[in-house]
Amino acid sequence: MSFLIRQTLIYAVPLMIVALAGVFAERSGIINLALEGLMIFGAFIGVLFVRIMQQAGVFETSMGVLPLQGFMLLSMLVSAVLGAVFSLLLAFAAINLRADQTIGGTALNLMAPALVLFFIRIIANQNTLQMASGDAASWFMIKKSMFGYGRGQEMGFLGSTFVDKVYLSTYICILIYIVLSIILYKTKFGLRLRSCGENPQASASLGINVYKMRYCGVIISGALAGMGGFVYAMTTANCTSNGDVAGFGFLALAVMIFGNWKPLNISGAALLFGLFKCIAASYSSLDINGDGVYLLAQLNINPNFYRLLPYLITLLVLAFTSKSSRAPKAEGIPYDQSTR
Amino acid sequence: MNENRTSFWKKDGTRSVLASLISILIGLAVGSLIILLLGIFNTSMKDAWEGIRLVFLGLFSTGRNTAGALTFGFNGINFGNMLFRATPVILTGLSVAVANKTGLFNIGAPGQYLMGTAATLFLALSIPSTKMAIPGVNPSSIPPIAVWFIALLGGMLAGAAWGAIPGLLKALLNINEVIACIMTNWISANLVTWFFDVSNLKNIVENTKSGYIYKTTINGVATPKMGLDKIFPGSQVNGGIIIAILLAVAVYILLTRTTLGYELKACGANRFAARYAGIKDKRNIVLSMAIAGALAGAGGALYYLAGNTEFFWSTYQSLPAEGFNGIPVALLAINNPIGVIFAGAFMSMLNISGLQITNLTSFNEYITDVIIAVIVYLSAFSLVIKLMLNGRKKKRAAASVVDDAKGADKGGSKA
Repeated sequence: MSFLIRQTLIYAVPLMIVALAGVFAERSGIINLALEGLMIFGAFIGVLFVRIMQQAGVFETSMGVLPLQGFMLLSMLVSAVLGAVFSLLLAFAAINLRADQTIGGTALNLMAPALVLFFIRIIANQNTLQMASGDAASWFMIKKSMFGYGRGQEMGFLGSTFVDKVYLSTYICILIYIVLSIILYKTKFGLRLRSCGENPQASASLGINVYKMRYCGVIISGALAGMGGFVYAMTTANCTSNGDVAGFGFLALAVMIFGNWKPLNISGAALLFGLFKCIAASYSSLDINGDGVYLLAQLNINPNFYRLLPYLITLLVLAFTSKSSRAPKAEGIPYDQSTR
Repeated sequence: MNENRTSFWKKDGTRSVLASLISILIGLAVGSLIILLLGIFNTSMKDAWEGIRLVFLGLFSTGRNTAGALTFGFNGINFGNMLFRATPVILTGLSVAVANKTGLFNIGAPGQYLMGTAATLFLALSIPSTKMAIPGVNPSSIPPIAVWFIALLGGMLAGAAWGAIPGLLKALLNINEVIACIMTNWISANLVTWFFDVSNLKNIVENTKSGYIYKTTINGVATPKMGLDKIFPGSQVNGGIIIAILLAVAVYILLTRTTLGYELKACGANRFAARYAGIKDKRNIVLSMAIAGALAGAGGALYYLAGNTEFFWSTYQSLPAEGFNGIPVALLAINNPIGVIFAGAFMSMLNISGLQITNLTSFNEYITDVIIAVIVYLSAFSLVIKLMLNGRKKKRAAASVVDDAKGADKGGSKA
């Protein structure tokens, strides 16, 4: 059970944070189809940063728990900053040049893997960027030994679920998620940002700078997606980057729609989809209540079924709720000051 | 004479072509710039110069001479392979273009392509022909060309059915087709993996190749060469390119010379006005997506029916690039079916250049993907480029008539 919860959280957290990235862009009125591309870019930057730092000898695995975790946070920050920079391409095209946002997002989705693979091939002479030596994912993992527990000692249910073999990034992301959701709903800034996605002309008439608000939305979106990409690469891909996040960005888009553009619903949707991902990845060895019965393996459902379920559910939810769907009204429509 | 020339430059079509050419040039320039920067900071200037020459002239590359310098000239293998690789992107480009004409953004081409591929491979490998060679399966009396035809048709039908799903959702429930297409893309990626996972078509004869299914040639099925291998000896080219061009012409006729085409375009221009005029808008949206799906399916079918390419079936983590490349092709061609042929050829030319860059320099083929992405990015605001072109012309005309003071802040061009 604790394995199931832990793994579900590992899959759900990047989904959640990237879906929130989508919310910030769309609530400000810009469709961000580029989530996948931003994740790929963020993953590459984060992994590259860790690799360069390791090669330069800036950090050692023996440097102690706290500095190591701090270093991981720094890597997350770096990938967030560069994700934000990359998203400026979308913001510039969509806001200043009033370009088609769908095509702009598609362009970024094509550009990210191309650029990333181009540089990975030059840096590593292969299609995967990994650490020059050692297993990066395990450096950042929190283990029970750090709290003085021995090999044979158990931490109890809560301990082994939420403390042993987890990543600090999971909790940081949840914290960021809560803080940003509050900002979106309970502050002046959040209200203004949301108003630009509903009726930018009305917002402008109240003295809100729509361009600035939309830039804020896209930049926050880029930062969150870039960070989510690195968290994904670190926790599920063993801290490697290969120009691919296995459709996680598009899955996050599905999570966002499934969650009806609302943070609380999205966190629920992310947990559900994370559970599916977890089941698909490890269904054959999943012992749910620890009694040695592999229930899911006995069900004998092909793992591909679990993999396609999130997309299918999203499509069905869209079909049944299309009348009451609460997509931001002005999303996808370039803001033109002269139509006020 | 002079008048003719001005009217030629003023034509909307000319400006659109010009805007596309500018996008291509900027794309190539960005690619060259990246190589140049890498050359300055990382490798050598000589390397960078070779890379840049290959970005522009990769198609004509004939390798290196004994002195180690790059040589250029006509290269039949490159040309033939370019035509071979152009086949699927022309068809997915047509797919995106047809949907665009009806006002729909068909980002679902990868999924339709994949479904077409799966149906085609299934049919081509499970209807035994006279030349069947899969162990344990008996040959029958059906000629391979009949199987080829059934497989192609099946691929197109599968693509059409898959394309119709987002079409139906759009027409009946008003669900955004972009979202529906993205979802169906990933559903198809998983479905295809699932299907081949449980099928018995996995290649077990050549056991060095795990993860691939049989080539269609094991059943004797392959697209006829139609004499093209004589013109481009040693390349992968086959009759598929001719079929693709014929389909492009057919789509052109459909869109410009038939009632159905007119109705499709009317729905694209204004769905509600079209309905007011008595055009069945819902039927046309579904039909447009189905046609788009059939074209993308044909792309997948023809690519794998060539018989010299293998399908990696465990594809649930990635979607075929040929599907996505239909988007830049259609954008570059401004949704003109004839233009798609040239845009598709250009895309596959870049692809060939990429291979030459990988083989001959320290850079790699992904630089051409960067160029394609830059072109797509630019075509997102090709309208702005067109406006800038228009603006310049207007400025020139306006300057001679009135003192245009207000225009100074628009378009950014110097008066």
